[in-house]
Amino acid sequence: MRGKILIAKPGLDGHDRGAKYIARCLRDDGFEVVYTGIRRTPEEIVSSAIQEDVDVIGLSILSGAHLEIFAEIFRLLKERGAGDIAVVGGGIIPEPDIITLRAAGVRAIFTPGSSLEEMLVLFRELAGETRRQRGLITS
Amino acid sequence: MNGSNGSLPPAFRDWSANVLEPARRRLPERRAAFVTASGLPVPVLSVPESLEPSYQERLGFPGEFPFTRGIRPTMYRSRLWTMRQYSGFATAAESNRRYRALLASGQDGLSVAFDLPTQLGLDSDHPLSRGEVGKVGVAIDSLADMELLFQDIPLDRVSTSMTINAPAAVLLAMYAVVGEQQGVGFRQLKGTVQNDILKEYTARGTYIFPPRPSLALAGELIAWCAAEMPGFNPISISGYHIREAGATAAQEVAFTFANAIAYVETALQRGLAIDAFAPRLSFFFNAASDFFEEIAKFRAARRIWARLVREKFRATKLESAMLRFHVQTAGHTLTAQQVDNNLGRVTLQAMAAILGGAQSLHVNAKDEALSLPTDASAETALRIQQILAFETGIADSVDPLGGSYHVEMLTDTLERAILDCMAEVERAGGALAATESGFIQRQIEESAYRQQRAIDHGERIIVGVNRFRTEVPETAPPATDPSDGRLGVDAQLERLADVRARRDSAVVGTVLGQLEGAARAGKPVMPEIVSAVRAYATVGEICAVLRSVWGEHRP
Repeated sequence: MRGKILIAKPGLDGHDRGAKYIARCLRDDGFEVVYTGIRRTPEEIVSSAIQEDVDVIGLSILSGAHLEIFAEIFRLLKERGAGDIAVVGGGIIPEPDIITLRAAGVRAIFTPGSSLEEMLVLFRELAGETRRQRGLITS
Repeated sequence: MNGSNGSLPPAFRDWSANVLEPARRRLPERRAAFVTASGLPVPVLSVPESLEPSYQERLGFPGEFPFTRGIRPTMYRSRLWTMRQYSGFATAAESNRRYRALLASGQDGLSVAFDLPTQLGLDSDHPLSRGEVGKVGVAIDSLADMELLFQDIPLDRVSTSMTINAPAAVLLAMYAVVGEQQGVGFRQLKGTVQNDILKEYTARGTYIFPPRPSLALAGELIAWCAAEMPGFNPISISGYHIREAGATAAQEVAFTFANAIAYVETALQRGLAIDAFAPRLSFFFNAASDFFEEIAKFRAARRIWARLVREKFRATKLESAMLRFHVQTAGHTLTAQQVDNNLGRVTLQAMAAILGGAQSLHVNAKDEALSLPTDASAETALRIQQILAFETGIADSVDPLGGSYHVEMLTDTLERAILDCMAEVERAGGALAATESGFIQRQIEESAYRQQRAIDHGERIIVGVNRFRTEVPETAPPATDPSDGRLGVDAQLERLADVRARRDSAVVGTVLGQLEGAARAGKPVMPEIVSAVRAYATVGEICAVLRSVWGEHRP
């Protein structure tokens, strides 16, 4: 197994075609994947990430509320001592917001132009990183 | 063949005398004569020189059962499709300004997009609304917002389309009460409310209550409109979002019709006669990129619906069997790469909608894969419709592709595929059961996976995405001005607080109590919702009462 991923959909929009597709492709690629379903609160997402003991959280959001919501998720992760979980995001996110989110600690933002291959590569890297940090794998 | 020589089939001459000519007298054509760019005559309808018996059965003449060739005898020769561009603005005041400008420039159809908290029955000050207020449409908390939205807009002279589903009853009640304040009776109001809750569970996502009570509420609204607001389309049964979620063309129509059957059955169970509401059922479909498949889809859909309404539900009125639909070009086909390419895509998709006989059309702006459209790109989208209407001649003859071996073959093929898929839903217990069990969701998900897989593996070519890429930096989504939105949110929160402070809270408590009583007793809730709206109870408060009785859907 390559690692465990939480694909989460915060925000109020219901567009989860992309989230479900990524979840399935990650599964095909050898990850264990949990998909939250739509309209999850930051609280619910952080709780499942901790409970499921995931290596990476992938947040998918298209409602435009990403700045507020991502900040809250980071705050909760740190507060609960789960700051080692890597967070990536995907959606229609404007360039200045990408810079803000990257500065806040989001490891990557995928936008409509991103390819599946580059996403898979990054998930593999990040999951490996988290697992090494946790001493789950050595090398 | 054109309609001027003596070798016309007798059935054509009958139709011409008994259907076409009376229709032309009622509604004259746009021009005295239609000619090509080189001045040659364009017939209203072309037919084969001899009509086989199966022609009448499968195609018929336009305006006649089963409406394969169109629901009106002259189609766009008399009246072009309605160019209805959907758009959302953050605040009621801003939307009001835009509506008045549109009306001043000659448009008579308004289209309201609501923000997500409103669509989910949450007030702007609810914790879950943080960051979402006014983002994808206008925020409506109470009647005060609706008053502002339609200030100085004469509701007896416009038709308003509202994209609202789970809380459709509340927003429609607000619209009705605003009309009443202007001195316009409920019966004079015209428009459409989406009110198609079933596809929210399978495709669009803005559900609140579980499917069963939601379906009952949608049915109540259909009955309420038939009795109180007969000029309103009480539902727009939508395949658009089902297609966007990944369904194939056949699944799009099949799942939409399966939902439609559930609504019709619900309305019939309430004691309505089929012919009392079927003419007011409207539909909303997607126009994607496979040109001939889309045209065939629209033609097949008309034929299936006509037969279904007549054979399954025993409708006798001709209007009951007419499939009237709005079309939007397919958002999912727009690419973030080489955005100008999208102009080609939406133009071809719009053409398929027109050749397929749509009643109204929205063309997507080229930049919608990146952000909400700019004013300039939204204007170009409308211009594309006008070019198709006024420059190309495709609107000058009814069903110009009818009789093409290829199009008729595809229409038959689509019809079979749609009927097969509808039969599967039927075997899964009908739309409600197939939604509750997740059957429809799984079918859509499987199709979405297969399509995206084909793109990622290069089996399906998307220009600029997996072939013909350019190595120039892509345009990034334009920046939004955060301060801009913030001002709107603050004003919204202030108005909400103001309404809560100024209304008679004892009255609000009483009407909400009556609403709860009606919901618990399984009685009609619409009269209570109208009273609650009049007392300035908020969308969030009204939906909270219904949540407490019906529960919340959490898949």
